[in-house]
Order: sequence, then C-alpha cells, then structure tokens
Amino acid sequence: MEHRRIIGETLLKIENVSLGFGGVQALSEVSFEIREKEILAIIGPNGAGKTSMLNVINGFYHPQQGAITFKGEVRRAMRPHQAAVQGIARTFQNVALFKGMSTLDNIMSGRNLKMRRNALWQAIHFGPARREELEHREAVERIIDFLEIQAIRRIPVGRLPYGLQKRVELGRALAMEPELLLLDEPMAGMNVEEKEDMSRFVIDVNEQFGTTMALIEHDMGVVMDLSDRVIVLDYGRKLADGTPDEVRANQDVIDAYLGVPHD
Amino acid sequence: MDFLYSITIAPFLDIGSDLIFFAEVLIGGLSAGVMYSLVALGFVLIYKASGVFNFAQGVLALFAALTLVGIMEWGVPIPLAMALTMVVMIALAFAVERLMLRPLVNQEQIILFMATIGLAYFLEGLGDTLWGSNVKKLDVGIPDVPFEAGGMLLQTFELFAAATAGVLVAALAVFFHYTRIGRALRAVADDHQAALSVGIPLKTIWVIVWSTAGLVALVAGIMWGAKSGVQFSLSLIALKALPVLILGGFTSVPGAILGGLIIGVGEKVGEVYWGPPLGGAIENWFAYVVALVFLVFRPQGLFGEKIIERV
Amino acid sequence: MSNADTFPKLLLENASRIGKRPACREKDLGIWQTWTWAQVADEVRVLACGLAALGFRRGDKLIIVGDNRPRLYWGMSAAQALGGIPVPVYQDSVAKEMGFVIDHAEARFALVEDQEQVDKLLEIKDSNETLETIVYDDPRGMRNYIQDFLHEFDKVQERGSAFDRDNPGFYDREVGAGSGSDVSVMLYTSGTTGNPKGVVLTHANVMRTARNNQEMEGLSADDEILAYLPMAWVGDHIFSFGQNYTAGFCVNCPESAATVMQDLRDIGPTYFFAPPRIFETILTNVMVRMEDAAPIKRRLFHYFMGVAERAGTRILDGKPVSLTERLLYALGNVLVYGPLKNTLGFSRIRLAYTAGEAIGPDIFDFFRALGINLKQLYGMTEASVFITVQPDGQIQPDTVGVPAPEVEVKIADNGEVLFRGPGSFQEYYKNAEATAETKDAQGWVHTGDAGLFTEDGHLKIIDRAKDVGRLTDGTLVAPKYIENKLKFFPNINEAVAFGDQRDYVAAFINIDLTATGNWAERNNIVYGSYQELAAHPELEPIIREHVEQVNRDLAADPRLGGSQIKRFLILHKELDPDDGELTRTRKVRRRFIAERYGDLIDALYSQRDTCHVATEVTFEDGRKGRIEADLRILEAETFPVAGAMKKAS
Repeated sequence: MEHRRIIGETLLKIENVSLGFGGVQALSEVSFEIREKEILAIIGPNGAGKTSMLNVINGFYHPQQGAITFKGEVRRAMRPHQAAVQGIARTFQNVALFKGMSTLDNIMSGRNLKMRRNALWQAIHFGPARREELEHREAVERIIDFLEIQAIRRIPVGRLPYGLQKRVELGRALAMEPELLLLDEPMAGMNVEEKEDMSRFVIDVNEQFGTTMALIEHDMGVVMDLSDRVIVLDYGRKLADGTPDEVRANQDVIDAYLGVPHD
Repeated sequence: MDFLYSITIAPFLDIGSDLIFFAEVLIGGLSAGVMYSLVALGFVLIYKASGVFNFAQGVLALFAALTLVGIMEWGVPIPLAMALTMVVMIALAFAVERLMLRPLVNQEQIILFMATIGLAYFLEGLGDTLWGSNVKKLDVGIPDVPFEAGGMLLQTFELFAAATAGVLVAALAVFFHYTRIGRALRAVADDHQAALSVGIPLKTIWVIVWSTAGLVALVAGIMWGAKSGVQFSLSLIALKALPVLILGGFTSVPGAILGGLIIGVGEKVGEVYWGPPLGGAIENWFAYVVALVFLVFRPQGLFGEKIIERV
Repeated sequence: MSNADTFPKLLLENASRIGKRPACREKDLGIWQTWTWAQVADEVRVLACGLAALGFRRGDKLIIVGDNRPRLYWGMSAAQALGGIPVPVYQDSVAKEMGFVIDHAEARFALVEDQEQVDKLLEIKDSNETLETIVYDDPRGMRNYIQDFLHEFDKVQERGSAFDRDNPGFYDREVGAGSGSDVSVMLYTSGTTGNPKGVVLTHANVMRTARNNQEMEGLSADDEILAYLPMAWVGDHIFSFGQNYTAGFCVNCPESAATVMQDLRDIGPTYFFAPPRIFETILTNVMVRMEDAAPIKRRLFHYFMGVAERAGTRILDGKPVSLTERLLYALGNVLVYGPLKNTLGFSRIRLAYTAGEAIGPDIFDFFRALGINLKQLYGMTEASVFITVQPDGQIQPDTVGVPAPEVEVKIADNGEVLFRGPGSFQEYYKNAEATAETKDAQGWVHTGDAGLFTEDGHLKIIDRAKDVGRLTDGTLVAPKYIENKLKFFPNINEAVAFGDQRDYVAAFINIDLTATGNWAERNNIVYGSYQELAAHPELEPIIREHVEQVNRDLAADPRLGGSQIKRFLILHKELDPDDGELTRTRKVRRRFIAERYGDLIDALYSQRDTCHVATEVTFEDGRKGRIEADLRILEAETFPVAGAMKKAS
C-alpha cells in the first residue's frame, strides 16, 4: 500500500520510561518517539508491556521514572482527562464502549471535550446549546458515514457484534479529533474481511485527517502493510525500532518474537 | 372457608361498595409512594453514575431536613434556608468525592458499599451533634388543609408534594437523556476507563451526581419531615426504597418512580382491605414480599437493563 | 395532458409545472436532503453540459453503476438530454461482468458511485478499448487516484455551468432534438444462460407504460416511493425513473443498502414495490420477534391476526363483512395492525406490488390482512415491466391478474405466454438472432413462461416454458411450481426440483438460516455454521414434513399429481449468485446447478443414501474457498393422486 504523506516532526517523545507494579517490571527504560502523521506499530509477545506503554501515554499509569514530551511539553505523568484535553484518544484491547448507549450517543460522548456550553443551557436544551448540539451531531454523522455504520446508529452498542463494536470505538476516538490516536489491538478477534475493513479505515483516517497513530497489533501481515515504523518490545525493554523491513530483518527480533525460521 | 372468603371476595366487595373511599385510599397510597420514589431516585442516580449502592441515601434526606430546620431556627427565611441547605449538600458532595470516593477509586463495589454505610453513621452522628437529636417540626409554609373534591377528602400538602416530585423527576429525566452532562453521567456509569479516555472528568461527574442526590434528598427530607416531623426514623425510609428499587430496576429513573408508586399504593390498599383478616401491619412487610416475588421472577425489575452474564 | 415525448422534455415541463414540489430525496449524514423539480432540472442541465464538455455526443452510451443515488438518476436524464443512452449496470457485478456490458455497448463514458466501482472499471479498462471517461460521485478514498480520465461529479457540474454560460441555447437545442422514438435506455438482463442481452427501450416505450399504469392506479404527485432495488433492473427504471417523471411524485433514496428498513420507516412510502423474497423476510422477522415477545403481546398478536385473516382481505376487496368482525378489525387496527405497519414503514401504503416469482399465499395474505393493498403483477424487461396486473378487488394469490392497459396477451399452443403492447422492446442490442427468436413478425413477444388463463380471465404462470418437462412415464413436471410450493415454508429458502426424463421427481433443498436458526436457538441446538445446521439430523424430520405436505398438495391436482417428490437432500451451502448458482435477481440457474452438482443428482436417482460433495465457493470479498460435506439422501412419502384411482385399478 502506498502512502503519499509527509511525515513530520516529533509529536511524542518517550525517554527512559520505567514502570513497575510491585515486583513486576512492566517497562524498563524504554525510549522512542512518534512523529507527526506517521503510523507506528508496537509489537511484541504477550506481556511485553505494549498495553502498559499505551496506558502510560494516555495517563492511566504514572511511570516511576522517565519523561514524556508531547507537543514539546515535558511531563512525568498526567491524568487521562488531561491527556484527552491535549489531544490523545485511544481504543481498548477489549472494547470499552458505553454498552447501554446507542452508537450515536457513544460517538457523541467523544465530543464531550469539544462542547463548551455550560450545564444550565444544556439542562434546558435550548438556545446556543441546542445549536451547538446540532453542530456536534453533524461532526458525528460524518464519522458515522466515514465508518459506514449508518445502519446501527440507534442500536445500543451492547447488542452489536464484536467487529462493529470495534468500529464504533474507533468512531468515538475519532470524534475527539485527536492529534494522537492510540489503538490497542484494533483487529483482535476479527475475521479476514473485518480486518481488511479496519485496515482501510486506519489508512483512510491517517490520510484524510493526518492523524498520528500508534497501534498494537499481533497480525504481522497487517503491521507490515499499515505501519511506517515498528518498535518491538520484549519483557518491557525495547528490542528494535525501524521500518517494517528493517525490523523484519533484525536478528534479535527474529529470535525473540518472530521465531527462528526453519528453512 | 370464612377466612378464604374474607381474603378473596370480601375486600373486593368492600372496594365496590364505597368507591370514593377507595379513591381516597389510592391517593393516600400515591402520596406515600411519591416519597418512596424520591428516595429511590437518589439511589438510582448514584448507582447509575458510580455503580455504588449508597446506603447513606436515607440519612442524606434526614441530614438535609435537619440542616434545613437548623438554619430556619436561626430565623433565616424559608427560601434562603433551602438555598443554604443546598449549598451544604453540595459541599457534602465535594467532601464525599474527595475523602471517600477518590481514595477508593478502582476498589471492589462491596468496599464502596461499606464506605457508604460508614458515611451513613457519620452523617447521623454529625446531624445529632450539630442540630440535636429531638424530634423537630418542619414548617415550610405549605398549608396542610383538607378540602373536598368530587366527594373525596384531599390534603393540599399531599398534592403539592406530588407535583413537586413530578416536576423534579421530569427535569432529571430530561437532564439525563438530552444533555452533555447527562450523557457523560451515563458514560461514567457504563465504563469508567472509557469515560476517562474521552476526557470525561470523573471527579466532576461524581460531585454532580452526589449534589443531585443531595438535592433529591433535600426534597424528600422536606416532604417527609413536614408531614411527620424531622426525626431519626426518617432515615429508615431508605429501607423502603430498597424494595422499590428491586421493583423498578436499579438503573431506571422511570422504574424508581413507578416502583415507588406501586409500593405506596399496594401497601395502603393492602392494609385497609386485607389488613383486618390478615391481622394488620401489612404496611410493614408488603413491600418486601413484592420485592421477593420480583427477585424470583424478574430480577432486573420492571425497567432495569437485562443483565446477561456470559458463562 | 403533456406534450413532452422524451424524459428530458418532461423534466423541463415538470420544473415549470410543479417546480417547487419535491422530486427526490436522499438521506445523507442522517438527514433527508430534498431536491425540487426545479432544482433537479438545474442539476441535470449542468451535468449534461459537463458531460458535453467532456466530449459526450449524441448516441453515446453512459454506463451507470451504483446504489440508488439522486445523482445517478440525474445521470440518466443528462445522457438522454444529449441524445445519449444510459446503460445502468448491477452494482454488485464483478469487474468481468461489467467489462462485458461496456464492451458490448461500446460505451465511452461511465458514471459511478464510488471508489469501489471505480476500482472495478480500472481493473477492466486496460483490456477495454472503448471506455474513455469515468465520472464518480463520492470522492472518498479517491485522493490518490491521479488518472486524468477520472472526474469528480462536482467538478463535472462546475465545468457544465461554465459550458452552459459559454454556449447559450446548447442544452435546450439538444433536448429539443430528441423524439419519442429515440432509444431512452438499454437494460442488460442477466439471462439464465449465456451472456446478458441489452434490451433496447425507447422514450415512448417507457413513458407510455409508465403512464398507463399510473392512470390505472391513480398515482399522483402526492405519492412517495423508496428507490432501493437495483437501478439496472427494469422495475426500478419504471417506478423510480419513469413514473417519477410522469406522475411527478417524490423518489426517496436510502442512506445505504443496510439502512433500507429504517429509511422505509422514516419515509412511509405510499407506493411500494418489493419482490416476494423481501415480503417473506419481513414476515419472518415479524414472526421471530413475536416468538420473543411477552406472552400477552404474543397472544394479542395471534388473536388479532386471526381476525385480520378472516376480515382484513375481505374489507380490502370491498366484500361484505359482519359488523362484529368490522369492530374487532377496527380494534385490532388500534392495538396490532397500526403499530405493526408503523414499525415496518407501511402505514401510508396505498399501492404495493410484488412480482418476479410466485409469492407464498400465507405471506401474501398476511400483508393484505393488515390492510395493505398488495397486488401481483407479471412483467419483464422486454415489456417495460407491465404485462398483466391485478386490478383492485380482484386479487388471488396464485394468479397475476389481467392484461395491463393496451397490452394484448395470448397463450401459444405449447403453453407459452405471448404479449404485444406499447412497452414491447425494440430489439436486443446487436443481437438480431436473439431478437428474432423472441419477437415475431407480428410483434408478439415470447415470454418463455408457461401459463394459462383462468375462467375469469386472470393469467396464471406455472413455470418457465422450457423447464416444463415430463417424467419417463409421460407425467407433466413443472419444477418451479414444485419449488415454489417448497419455498412457501419459512424453513426453506431455496429449492431445486428435477424430473424431466427421469423416473420420479427429486429435489435439493436450501434451509433458511433465519428461520431454522431461530428454531435451533429455541431448541438449544448448537451449530457453528450454515453447513453444520443444514446437516443437523433433528432438522430432517421437519423438512421431510414440509416435503410431504407439498406432495399432499400436488396429489390433489390430477394434472400434476404424478410429480410428487420421492427423494430429496438438504444442501450444505446456500445457493449464491456469486457462485453462479442463482442469477443476480436470485433465480435458480437450473442448468448450471445440474452440471455443478451432477454427482448429487445421480445419487438422488440411485439407491445410495449418502453422497460426498466438494464445492468451490466465492466469499464476499471475492476470494475462493472449498467446502466439503457428506449429504444424506432422504425419502419422502407420496400420496395417491386425486382422480387417478380409476386408472390404477
């Protein structure tokens, strides 16, 4: 697949980040960076610290050591809410949707931070708040159209099949108009066709909105197709960092993860 | 045979013989039911937004009523006193968030439940200490005069209480369903992590929810207190709210309202018509029996979300 | 009433006569957008001018591919305005099929909906010599396509505006140059064998049939229709294009194929067409939902549906009904029929048609009992749809009505139905041989269907003329007649019957996944796939019971009683147009199936009780795979034929 984009400056920089829980060291002195408009894949065996890394970036976990620079601003840790305010959106490995709410309301909740009218106007649902609601509704409708989920607009997401839930979750993240989008195994549990759809959406998002993305994925075919760059984690350490081809050729990676080839 | 007759046929003959009296009983039941609904509503709000069963909801009503009476005793006019009480309830919501919920974030539900039991005892004690423990009369200036309509004897106060509760409930329903904050509240109730990731500030939401629960408690406290005096037993209406919740479903605002009304009417009608043959005091256990029946046949309540556990 | 003899002229007339009325709507971003006749006339004008600027000339063909979109319909008028011929193509055709049509029609221009269709055209463009220019509607995903023969719809219209300014009078001159005898459209029909044939229709063909039917049914500018069936199908062309123009009513385009049922509810059309299959799906869904409903609701539903079956159709046909029944029906209307029709989007329907294949009497009666004026018609592309139509109040489930206005119908000696009328097609494009086979010197068109007229003058279709065969003992076999009887059971989705030149009749059966899946769920039967469910032993007695019921029905008819089903099997996969087993309109491709499943057929006519089968299948994304199974051959009981006792004794 050919991407005709220009990869820009560093958007997010991770420096010597270490994170431990009790005796377990989830991340040890990991450093890497994510550049504007690129798709970065984070791969590694189970328990390598991939999800922990995303949790650090969006503020769920606070590393014991290291620094994170996002849009030139250095921080040790921040709260998830602040991460969202700064433009970091994410999806979860096991789909964390608001199950009782409709697709529309779920995606609309992604607009939460963009809505600025105060609660009183909101409460009486009138005047400027109503106009604002309509504006956001339009933005949400564009996402629904983009992800081709018009037919499930009004259905509570708890009743949707898994593949569609993943799509709604992506929609909710997109509604935040994020600068950095973290996708935790966006294609887990999908069949081939659903994976292809999802890959297409990931590329379309990246191309049309220029959204920078970091994704965790196990399907090597998908990773090699989608990503501009791959970093490999193993036991909380960074093993490799480079283009898909470089990583594929890296002996450490082959030994640790891809398995020693048999031919 | 006589006994069977007295519980199967006689009550209906009684109802048929004096319809106007039956209507009065119904209205009496409804007005008690409105109170149950209000308290249950407080539970539902907190349960929906934080998954916590707030044992302290009844005490919250007592505390609100005590505070209101206390402030009024200083000679503050009623509307201002209500506003001040609301400020106290909001301050309480902040305190609960900061001192109780935040340190316990991501803990098991049962831990949070225990915390609310602690909160209940703490508030009871605090109310006692601040405002004393004797029964107080609460007069909010609503005339409580009986009047006749269509041959029925009605109380203005009860009508007023019902109207207030109705307005409050409608406002809450709109708030929950059509506003950004309402949507955020539902989001938090559904999935904390996901809510955080879209930038919904959990702290703010909790404060809003507890403040709203405080407002509902205040209204319930005023209504109940004005009717039967502000006293410790007020906190016990929380126990009545439990069957209401089982009936209506823990997560449903309309369920809480309807559940309250059904229980209120059911126990009044039961007491008046079935009380004598069954030895009276039906009011004390009726609600729990209904709750038990529901737990067996429809555990999600009338309107609750069906809970499907994947095996 | 109107002097316009071509659709572009009629468009201009509508724009001045009913310019402020809605002509079409489309749901986009969750909102229904409306265009008035005046707006449509403007859109078509600039589009036509844009096409002219791109080099579109009189006689050029414009390939049109995509879901039902206002812009694609405008493309038809725009091409016609320039004296060109629109050629709509089924949007789910694979590239190869599309390539055939483009080659055959020698089309230089294509107007397509989106990237998906563009990709297909690009795939065949290298091997195709005629296709020069592609216009696409939806720019999504098209950013990286740099080919200079690709044009965005908006840009073409922009060029059109400029062209119109620079060439005043051009458009009106072009429109004025057209006449009713010009070709207005070419519709390629997916025949059961061989390559598709291009049916050539003129403005007069389409306009007169559209108008005749409109007058017969009293359609007006107040009607609303939902355009959701393929634009390449003649029915959509008459209802959503022809009658849209002649009656001036509003055509509504759904948001996407997946949202049709919801959009139907939004719009609440007054005029509705659906093939029997869709009515069947709707009915199955209603029944499934009712099985899951609360007991009170379910009882209420069944009680009032009983009332409706007794009274509903009679009220609809204006026959006498007792006062009690009338009152009950009125109550049922408030409690059941009204809410049900409302959920289905059928509240406002004045006229509903079904055609294409036989509709199950239960299904037909269900909708009519609800008070929906559902009627059958018999038609084909070569007739511009209408051959026969059921007049109001003369409805029977097993006939297709009386000849449409100005249409003559007769039955040939071999039982084939022939017709002649204002909608009769001109020819098959570049296929004089096929034209001569189908249309004789007197203008009679051979439908290929075998039929007969009932005593009251209604036509009854029994099968394809060529498919009617005889058993070795000379008994008449009408496979489709048998198949339809089988398909009327909700559990059976598709069936193929054999018997010509054989000793007895045998059949393949396809289970219906929705209905049997529901049955499985209710009976705690676990299955992982269609194949697994189809092979489930507990399903066999159910299907056998259906087959035997069909045998009982057949036995009642002395003419067809000998063609009862002796042996049958339940197929391991759904018959699928992607595998070539069905046509795009989901008709069984008998010969193809006979070839592909020759082993299975041999097993049906042997003593064996199982047969191994391996089948190549095409998945939705175009990849190929292989599935294998061991199918059991099942026996069904047959019954003595009515009136045949004498012969036997």
